[in-house]
Amino acid sequence: MMGEKQDPKTAEPETTGHVWDGIREYNNPMPRWWLWTLYATIVWGIGYMILYPAWPLVSQATPGLLGYSSRGELAHTLEEFNERNAPLDAALVTAELADVHADANLMEYALRGGAAVYQAHCSQCHGSGGNGAVGYPNLLDDDWLWGGSLEDIRYTVVHGIRNDADEGARFSQMPAYGEFMEDEQIDGVVHYVLSLSGQDHDPYALSLGAIVYAENCVSCHGEDGRGNQAEGAPNLTDPIWLYGGSEDAIRESVAYSRHGVMPNWNTRLTEAQIRQVAIYVHQLGGGE
Amino acid sequence: MTISPAPMIRCLPRTWEIGVLERESARIVRHVPAAQKSVGTACPALSTVTNLHFNQLRVYCGTKAWMEYWKHMLQGVLITALGCGSLLAAIAANFARDIAYMVNALTVMVVLFGLFIWMIRRVGEPARPQPVGYADGVIRAGVVATALWGVVGMLVGVVIALQLTFPQLNIEWGDGFLNFGRLRPLHTSAVIFAFGGNALLCTSFYVVQRTSAVRLWGGNLAWFVFWGYQLVIVLAATGYLLGATQSKEYAEPEWYVDLWLTVVWVAYLAVFLGTIIKRREPHIYVANWFFLAFIITIAMLHVVNNISIPVSILGSKSVQLFAGVQDAMTQWWYAHNAVGFFLTAGFLGMMYYFVPKQAERPVYSYKLSIVHFWSLIFMYMWAGPHHLHYTALPDWASTLGMVFSVMLWMPSWGGMINGLMTLSGVWDKIRTDPIIRMMVASLAFYGMATFEGPMMSIKAVNSLSHYTDWTIGHVHSAALGWNGLITFACLYFLVPKLWNRKQLWSLNLVNWHFWLAMVGIVFYAASMWVTGIMEGLLWREVDQNGFLINSFADTVAAKYPMYLVRTLGGLLYLLGAVLMCYNLWKTIVSGEAREKADTPMSITGTAGAVS
Repeated sequence: MMGEKQDPKTAEPETTGHVWDGIREYNNPMPRWWLWTLYATIVWGIGYMILYPAWPLVSQATPGLLGYSSRGELAHTLEEFNERNAPLDAALVTAELADVHADANLMEYALRGGAAVYQAHCSQCHGSGGNGAVGYPNLLDDDWLWGGSLEDIRYTVVHGIRNDADEGARFSQMPAYGEFMEDEQIDGVVHYVLSLSGQDHDPYALSLGAIVYAENCVSCHGEDGRGNQAEGAPNLTDPIWLYGGSEDAIRESVAYSRHGVMPNWNTRLTEAQIRQVAIYVHQLGGGE
Repeated sequence: MTISPAPMIRCLPRTWEIGVLERESARIVRHVPAAQKSVGTACPALSTVTNLHFNQLRVYCGTKAWMEYWKHMLQGVLITALGCGSLLAAIAANFARDIAYMVNALTVMVVLFGLFIWMIRRVGEPARPQPVGYADGVIRAGVVATALWGVVGMLVGVVIALQLTFPQLNIEWGDGFLNFGRLRPLHTSAVIFAFGGNALLCTSFYVVQRTSAVRLWGGNLAWFVFWGYQLVIVLAATGYLLGATQSKEYAEPEWYVDLWLTVVWVAYLAVFLGTIIKRREPHIYVANWFFLAFIITIAMLHVVNNISIPVSILGSKSVQLFAGVQDAMTQWWYAHNAVGFFLTAGFLGMMYYFVPKQAERPVYSYKLSIVHFWSLIFMYMWAGPHHLHYTALPDWASTLGMVFSVMLWMPSWGGMINGLMTLSGVWDKIRTDPIIRMMVASLAFYGMATFEGPMMSIKAVNSLSHYTDWTIGHVHSAALGWNGLITFACLYFLVPKLWNRKQLWSLNLVNWHFWLAMVGIVFYAASMWVTGIMEGLLWREVDQNGFLINSFADTVAAKYPMYLVRTLGGLLYLLGAVLMCYNLWKTIVSGEAREKADTPMSITGTAGAVS
């Protein structure tokens, strides 16, 4: 097919001679740089496929000259850090938790590791700053349900709370009093608990409340309402509340009870990591 | 029943011209009300269909007349099918296992019943004369749908951008319907498939007719494609809000919507291919190669990626045939090529017609268009695995995806070069013609995105960019820049032509649209690039012992200011689109009519040009 020759004065290139709805096409060559870059990427691609795993064969792919694998790369990186950390981990696992702070180097290592463990595994419930949420204890204060010593915290992390997976999980179960108490009695004890923490309450309900408290609550929360860490029974006299300290929130706690659960971490974290995170949580502000 | 002989005699047509036949049949139908009435009283349910047959049997008696007869017979079958269909949809809605399925079945019921009534009311009406010239009605509808879905999709985008910035906007009363998780697929599907899809439908129908110099093949089939596609959109969108999803990116619609889309898509292919086959130009124009590649490939991708088994024929839930990494690989093979063939090849088809038309210049290089077309469609197919670097995907597949993505760089750029260089000689139009400016900007964003894509597919880069907002920035610089701007430019080109107006109502508003869109894209893409790279760096930051420095929540908190900027960018872009709708609307209702319409179907092909 003949191309349409243009007037040389306008220096128009040749067209292919096709016209569609007034659109014509120049017969320009492909830009050289474009073509050579295309070739270059193809050559590079062939080279890459020789060096790296590329062609799937019957039982496995060609491994490539470099012997690279992404799993191998990950394993190598992990191995490198594990080797570097091995002596420190060994020291941490054998040390008495209470003595770790004496070794500044080990303490610093434990804190950094603990922070990483905390951010990856604990922050989802306890908050990335450790301030907790409704139902998830604040770890910054010095109010501890199951004890705030280093060993207590370590035990809680290892075994968790009220889970079915670990025999050693900390366990206690406050009854749901709504199931067998009269509304009046619940009302009374709610106001009694309000009075324990010095909040506004109905003085006329107190006498009944005191009787109910003495018969049902004293065994765990104590006569003075200061709780009992062995039972995980909260202190009712301070202004710190896991599920809220308002009249409604306390009524719900009494009537329906609350049983927060924490998983056991011994299956997911190494002993060194557990110790790191225990030390980290202990120093957040309120360790005992 | 009796039928007077008079109309029978008159009905014997001397000439076989369709028009005469139609006129005759119309007259006869008017002459036999008595017969219709008698059947009607005897059996009302059968009346319309049977009456039709009686009439037509008597009226037509030649070969063409028999064809007419079968046409009407088909009409009767169709009416029956529509009636039964709406009944079945009602039953399905009644026994639906879930709310999404029920609402979808009710939608189908209403649509089918509406069609049923509409068809019945048309029975016995004289057929309209065979239309001549280009089939532009369906394109006008497509232009309107593109503009409207565009605004809806972008609005949902702004809403979810706000929800990410201010999580409180996942309002409690809307929980389970209007929260981010439900709205996000609504946004992506609305902008890609409703906005982009309608743009592709109407521009491909426009371009294939002009460059083939024939009317669309298949008569009203094009209308079926249009309305069928809108039904897909509505079913999918309501399904998302009510929880029906396959949880596959860009392939969320459940099994029955997929089946319906397959039917619609095959009809689309038939219309497009039929038009190309009966073309009066000797060669197929390059834009049509791209459109055809897009239609065929999307059909294949859609069918393979959506192979699933419904849990119940009366519920929306289905189970994918593939599992695990095979499923992931199929999904990203699909999703990557949805980008490659829907948003790249299809839109290159638009570019190859509208840029030379608007610039009134020849396409830069025919050779380049051939080479970049074939290399593009060959290489795109293999690039999907780069979405699954560092996952359970085997390393060899990762290599394959990465290598082909890098080799894809130049084939992609071929389109940009051909588009931009088409302007050589008329570069000043970038200054004087805001539509050309939009096209040039769109090609520039296309070039950026098709460089960025191969770069992000390189494993070392991907290990930083994957799962971060960088990907969102990449997608949006391409979608807002390339797909959005080229679509807007095409709409500005098409509306005056299709509604026979001298020019757009306001070029000044086009200017405003351009700059709002540009600033919007820059805000959007830049903020997402910054926050994406920041996010990637924060995630991978470890100390000398390999301990992570940042928690995930820390990285989310750090992104807040950039999320605000992104929202602002999206708002500006949406505002531009709203201005466009207003401008197009004013052009249609108050623009000055053109004195002379385009000469229909002028063959301008080789023969004429060379001789």
